[in-house]
Amino acid sequence: MRKYTPKDNVQKKSYYTDRFWVAPRVPQMSIEEGSHFADVINALGDRVLDASVQIGQLVVSINHQDNYSVLETLKDVCGYKICTELSAVDYLAQEGKFEIFYQMLNLDEALRVRVVCMIEDGLAIESTVPLFKSANFAEREMYDMFGIYVNNHPFLKRILMPDDWEGHPLLKTYPLEGDEFASWYEVDKIFGKENRDIIGPENRDPSRVDRYDTKRFSRVGHEVDFGADISQGEPETEIEYSKTLLVDYTTGSEKLDQRR
Amino acid sequence: MAQHKVDYASNAGLPIALTTADKLINWGRSNSLWPLTYGLACCAIEMMASGASRYDFDRMGTIFRASPRQADVMILAGTLSKKHAEFARRLYDQMTEPKWVISMGSCANTGGMFNTYATVQGVDRIVPVDIYLPGCAPRPETLQYAMMMLQKKIRKESANMKKNTKQRLV
Repeated sequence: MRKYTPKDNVQKKSYYTDRFWVAPRVPQMSIEEGSHFADVINALGDRVLDASVQIGQLVVSINHQDNYSVLETLKDVCGYKICTELSAVDYLAQEGKFEIFYQMLNLDEALRVRVVCMIEDGLAIESTVPLFKSANFAEREMYDMFGIYVNNHPFLKRILMPDDWEGHPLLKTYPLEGDEFASWYEVDKIFGKENRDIIGPENRDPSRVDRYDTKRFSRVGHEVDFGADISQGEPETEIEYSKTLLVDYTTGSEKLDQRR
Repeated sequence: MAQHKVDYASNAGLPIALTTADKLINWGRSNSLWPLTYGLACCAIEMMASGASRYDFDRMGTIFRASPRQADVMILAGTLSKKHAEFARRLYDQMTEPKWVISMGSCANTGGMFNTYATVQGVDRIVPVDIYLPGCAPRPETLQYAMMMLQKKIRKESANMKKNTKQRLV
């Protein structure tokens, strides 16, 4: 039998949810013997915790302490000379950890390897800037967006958000529309906190229509003076349409268009 | 009669035009509105097109200036991020009076589709705006129309800016 759900407040809930929805997963293939990926796994040795091929890419799971040595082996031994992307994924709610991934590219083989490692919140990861120059900005962005510190980074500073920003916006716990600090940031910075009342809070819903606001909303057929109080209702006024002349070219007569 | 002498009796009256100082000053101001060369996002592309030869702002006396010290109008063309807000305000403060602001496009007007933590929800939170120009992005004709509306507004103003500038932050 279908589970009973309370029917009050149904309009605020989503219209339809599929009870049998299963999030799509990428198929994980095993590594073929004698393939290039098998050589990569051999070169990495026992640092590999788990490995599979997903959509033609090798995904290698490692301990976060091994990240530098694994990337060094990939670069020097296996020919993965380019680190195209490096960032993190917030799994704090599910596992209490971040997933940090390094996307590596081998131009000779035209193949990619993704190195992933889990790291607890509050721990720092070793920088890979000595191996890849591209890791410099990527690690700064990871620090900016997730608050993950990077050991031995040459210049660990926020890269996208302002230096005096509070919070790390790509965390799942960070609200999309910003927290208290974010909503007053530009006002505090330019005018000072004491002027918050003059500027007023942000209007996050510009499509909101205030029924009684006569300063910003016109009402066709019910025009009133600017700023008039219409809480007791507003008078009806005749709508003025633009005048169109209908010309009868056989008789040459003109008359006003009365059609609505 | 000598050539240098003015014949007041000819040419249907006196060669003198009477007007008010306000009208004369506002005529000058409104017909040489110099905007700041300052683009923020994709609206700036439309703004550049308006300034270039096809739409040709120059014929309206609207010439983009690369310094806020020489500009009268600030066209805030595009998404204003919170990181950049203080610099936009500083540019506005560096402009000499009298100065006007056109908020160009949805993002500058209300934050537009960027209902996020990093976008200023309407540039009127940091600078006083004279003309709100809707569109995403507005066509160059629309920006020209906004310029003409601003000219109209200036011609109606008192030339003494202190009279029509309320003492307020934004």
